[in-house]
Amino acid sequence: MSAIPRIYLDNNATTPVLPEVFEAMRPYFGEHFGNASSIHHHGQETRAAVERARDSVALLLGCRAAEVVFTSGGTEGDNLAIAGLTGAGDHIVTSSIEHHAVLHASRHLEDMGCEVTYLPVDGHGLVDSDDVRRALRPNTRLISIMMANNETGVLQPVDEIGRIASEADVYFHTDAVQAAGKVPIDVKRIGCDALSISGHKMHAPQGVGALYVRKGTRLQPLFYGGRHERSRRAGTENVPGIVALGKAAELAMQGFDRQNDKKMSALRDRLQHGILAQVEEAGVNGGGAARVPNTTSIYFDHIEGEAMVISLDLKGLAVSTGAACSSGAIEPSHVLVAMELRANRARASIRFSLGKQNTIEEIDIALALVPETVARLRELSPAYRKQAVHS
Amino acid sequence: MTNPKTIAVAMSGGVDSSTVAAMLRADGHNVIGLTMQLWNQRRLAGHEGMPEQVTGRCCSLDDVYDARRVAEHIGIPYYVVNHEERFERDVVRPFVEEYLSGRTPIPCSLCNNHLKFDQLLIVAQQIGADALATGHYARVEYDERRGRWLLKRASDASKDQTYFLFGLNQEQLSRTIFPLGEMTKPAVRDLARNYGLALAEKPDSQEICFVPGGDYKKFLDAYLSDRGEALPDTSGELVTAGGEVVGEHTGIHNFTVGQRKGLGVATGSPLYVIQINGDQRQVVVGGQEQLYSRMLRAHRVNLIAVDDLHQPMRVAVKIRHRHEAAPATIEKSGGDEVLVTFDEPQRAITPGQAAVFYDGDIVVGGGWIM
Repeated sequence: MSAIPRIYLDNNATTPVLPEVFEAMRPYFGEHFGNASSIHHHGQETRAAVERARDSVALLLGCRAAEVVFTSGGTEGDNLAIAGLTGAGDHIVTSSIEHHAVLHASRHLEDMGCEVTYLPVDGHGLVDSDDVRRALRPNTRLISIMMANNETGVLQPVDEIGRIASEADVYFHTDAVQAAGKVPIDVKRIGCDALSISGHKMHAPQGVGALYVRKGTRLQPLFYGGRHERSRRAGTENVPGIVALGKAAELAMQGFDRQNDKKMSALRDRLQHGILAQVEEAGVNGGGAARVPNTTSIYFDHIEGEAMVISLDLKGLAVSTGAACSSGAIEPSHVLVAMELRANRARASIRFSLGKQNTIEEIDIALALVPETVARLRELSPAYRKQAVHS
Repeated sequence: MTNPKTIAVAMSGGVDSSTVAAMLRADGHNVIGLTMQLWNQRRLAGHEGMPEQVTGRCCSLDDVYDARRVAEHIGIPYYVVNHEERFERDVVRPFVEEYLSGRTPIPCSLCNNHLKFDQLLIVAQQIGADALATGHYARVEYDERRGRWLLKRASDASKDQTYFLFGLNQEQLSRTIFPLGEMTKPAVRDLARNYGLALAEKPDSQEICFVPGGDYKKFLDAYLSDRGEALPDTSGELVTAGGEVVGEHTGIHNFTVGQRKGLGVATGSPLYVIQINGDQRQVVVGGQEQLYSRMLRAHRVNLIAVDDLHQPMRVAVKIRHRHEAAPATIEKSGGDEVLVTFDEPQRAITPGQAAVFYDGDIVVGGGWIM
């Protein structure tokens, strides 16, 4: 409709492609268009670009380039790891707060003859590593626990879980989609066998991602075709996307050197503290745990998150609540439901997630919009306003 | 356009509500499209008699897709709001229970009362809309003399939907707009074509939106089975009005008053269901003439045009959507109950349906037939 200023604080859903990233990928749509598998000049050019990007991603994850498999995104990486490392009769340990890419892939494997344990979380949204240990069975083949949660930003104890997995000699996969680019990642320290990331959550475009697979790990592919990605992922490489992911990984590494993650958390805290200072009966979901620096999930008692998201969107502020179902309607977040928040808080929660493009001015505008919107919704809920509109 | 307002439009993905959105937008209002997600058709998919493919109306992804495309076409913000829990509690569950008690429910009225003009109206207000517009064929206007909001029949009597709207209170009516109240269906389709709406030729929906194919018996089975509940045994006797047992039946939910087929009793003259006694699980059968009755009681009565029935009132009463309102006298019979006495006996007065009282075009009020 009319051009109101738009502020985007839903970067856990997706992020804008950074200008440097866009510039890096642009030539691979036109002048450097070759198929990276071709033996001629054009193929050599793009092959080199793909391998440079693989080096950058390897640096971001602390692994060797040969351990990076490019994928179409987080969902593919999660599916490839989970289905690729297990078979009928195997037991899988995962958690109730995983992304649907992990949860629904696990449910599918249950139908295919696997057993799956879905671990609960505590009130902070944390998986207890002792629960992981206790859940192990003789036939446990894989543990899949996310590194950072998409709703709350809470960082899970992946280092401990990695040790447990290693001692028990079971595979450990972690969905690091919401961690990559936000906190440093070191696959050696985590001790994982597989780790998935997604480009569009870290300022590369939608449709590209990567899966770290530890050297020597036997992984069944999802797709059959050419011998791309060391036969782990058939299909002609998405060269522009891969180049963009490499560039985004580079920028993320530079950001850690410059302590940009500290700046990000300062901005997030300005928003969170500013809201809590102005709004009563509100609080942070998972605020008691270590979190990624860009995310805060705030509950506002006595409001419907749905009306809040719509109201804020109509005023130009994009935030989110829960997960959208296929129609686009909002469903209470399974993550917040799993945290067993007090009555209705799962429905009354809003996720604010920042990106590298957000400015302090934007945060301050959000700080003006949110309290007034909460006040208005509370005033109107549930009684109707007592005046007529006709006339 | 003198006075632009912010108006939320309840968009079902059909021609009527889509045209309403386009009209209001063309008039310069600030329009926000809302669709209620009420029922997950996928939930019962695969149960016996339920389609694998979800192509039902008003709760289906296809309809959300259509509504979204219209919103995009006319350039308005559009949102889907989730009211599945309330819909199940206030519409689906009562629908099932009414059948199991031997009554014949009207879920559309329940949906209007509890969802569209309650939950959705609240959302509309919360997001800053002055009013909620829908694609219903009905009129609402303020009567200075009575100091009340009036609900009136649509100009196009063949499309009039006031029968399903009798439950609206003054507050709800004051915040509601029915832009199609003065229009005919062909005129609405013409307008839809003029606005370039791709769904201008989309057929009207006929059935209950959450009952695919219209087979409510299969729906009851599928719903209860999905909930892990057994279909209660409501089988019993077929009796005559005189109390003579003439047969057995498999469950009262399989019958509705006026039904002729499927009684499984062979007699010389045609038999009809004339009454269902839920408590005794009895289905009373009889001849055509026994279907006629002059009186009914309605409860949970909502009055619109008047604040109370101080004395008997002459009205015309409609006892089902396709019934022609018949002259009658209504009088209060205690609490929220009204006694309706028709001038002429009416055929198949059916408990669970609504009795809606009209004074000419004006809806006086209505209640549920006991």
